[in-house]
Amino acid sequence: MAQEQKQPRKSSQEETATEEVVESDLAERKEMIDEDVDAILDEIDEVLETNAEDFVKSFIQKGGE
Amino acid sequence: MSVRRVMGTEVEYGISVQGQPAANPMVASSQIVNAYASSTARARRARWDFEEESPLRDARGFDMARQMADPTQLTDEDLGLANVILTNGARLYVDHAHPEYSSPEVTTPLDVVRWEKAGEQIMLDASRMAAQVPGSTPILLYKNNTDNKGASYGAHENYLMRRSTQFAEIVRHLTPFFVSRQVVTGAGRVGIGQDGRDTTPERGFQISQRADFFEVEVGLETTLKRPIINTRDEPHADPAVYRRLHVILGDANLAETSIYLKAGTTALVLAMIEDGFIDRDLTVEGAVRTLREVSHDPTLRQLVTLRDGRRLTAVQLQMEYLELARKHVEDRLGADADEQTVDVLARWESVLTRLERDPMECATELDWVAKLKLLQQYRDRDSLDWDDAKLHLIDLQYSDVRPDKGLYHRLAASGRIQRLLDDQQVEHAMHEPPTDTRAYFRGRCLDKYADAVAAASWDSVIFDLPGRESLQRVPTIDPLRGTRAHVGDLIDRSDTAQALVAAITR
Repeated sequence: MAQEQKQPRKSSQEETATEEVVESDLAERKEMIDEDVDAILDEIDEVLETNAEDFVKSFIQKGGE
Repeated sequence: MSVRRVMGTEVEYGISVQGQPAANPMVASSQIVNAYASSTARARRARWDFEEESPLRDARGFDMARQMADPTQLTDEDLGLANVILTNGARLYVDHAHPEYSSPEVTTPLDVVRWEKAGEQIMLDASRMAAQVPGSTPILLYKNNTDNKGASYGAHENYLMRRSTQFAEIVRHLTPFFVSRQVVTGAGRVGIGQDGRDTTPERGFQISQRADFFEVEVGLETTLKRPIINTRDEPHADPAVYRRLHVILGDANLAETSIYLKAGTTALVLAMIEDGFIDRDLTVEGAVRTLREVSHDPTLRQLVTLRDGRRLTAVQLQMEYLELARKHVEDRLGADADEQTVDVLARWESVLTRLERDPMECATELDWVAKLKLLQQYRDRDSLDWDDAKLHLIDLQYSDVRPDKGLYHRLAASGRIQRLLDDQQVEHAMHEPPTDTRAYFRGRCLDKYADAVAAASWDSVIFDLPGRESLQRVPTIDPLRGTRAHVGDLIDRSDTAQALVAAITR
């Protein structure tokens, strides 16, 4: 699982293109990806239930099927 | 030779009463189903009352026969647990301690997605309606399969198959496919072991919600000693011609591509089995153990040992099936293959190719990868170990059915997970039945003649007509009759249920 978050939301065409771009573009791209990660985590931080430990503990189900 | 087949799915939802972990889940599940039943139609509420007031008349209906065959169900019915049929042909009811939505019968993988997603919206609406009851406490619903404390509940698939196919052939060729398909269809889970206690700071994510709950290769059980291949045989159709393959192995998926490929690739493999097309032995040594080992390795490098001694990754094993399916479709249909069959083959190949290169390339399509990516981002930002409660919360909340709280829904809304359908199409399927199976007849009758429908089931619609002493049962034993092509005009023409029944029985 070491490979995560290198290339979120990228199509294969973009990937091929990436190999040809110059260093500065790569840096810029990395910055954009970092910003995107920050944006999604900020968004999810806002909706996550408070007190994770209690919330997870109290989710108790009976078996089904 | 194609993805077309009579299919359907059944999803049991996780349920909790906010702030009341000890609340009775059967009561809460009943509140969900009853809220939806009574808010959506006056006539269906009447039907429910009618059933309770006249239990003997119900003996003519299908549900009674099912009760007699299934004592657990009888107990549920004795408790007055809710059980309704919807205008889209689906069944919404309480199964043990969970609300369950059984989709109508459909014939394509995209329609499996459509009516299963409609079920998610029905559950969402039901929970909102239940919350409007004065004095009620909000009930939260989750489309997942485990509480991480030892309990699991199912997301089952049903595929109609030809009776003439030997069951041993189904077991032989389907087991390796089922052991490996989780790399495409897994929903992702934080927690190792049935109760999650094998989680360590370094090792805590697995591909499948369900893998750790399977203990045998073949069997009839669904709640204990769960088998990879379930042998329940209750076709709800002519048993001389059909069997219903009841698949209990799968995860509850939210990503539309995951659901689509789950139904589509399984249908392709079943077509090959029925056709006797699989010419090689892909039997896996230790299928149950392998199922778990594959699930426990999200890097997808775990090797699977085949009986012939070959060692492959699960992705490579899936590629064996893909290659066979391509040949089968080419052989039997060539250029005449239908659009969805071609599309399923192309997406299956694309997903497997990318999974082999780097699983993260599928983060916008597959549940387990989308979930893992999000978890990994949290781990990196906040330096969290796998046993951190926050990661367990993210796993749980991924499956919350609410659009504002559910993390799948947040990812999909911001374009981080691809959709195959739009909201309007799903909304339509909440109310309208598929047009190409008997679900069309069932759904239209419930919509147009609601007051006259005493009961309905997979294989019948039962009318209570003014002036008739006995109930009129219209059997729908053939899943491919009662379609719009068969009965659309007839229903359009018949202003009343009497006119309809008179025309059918003439």
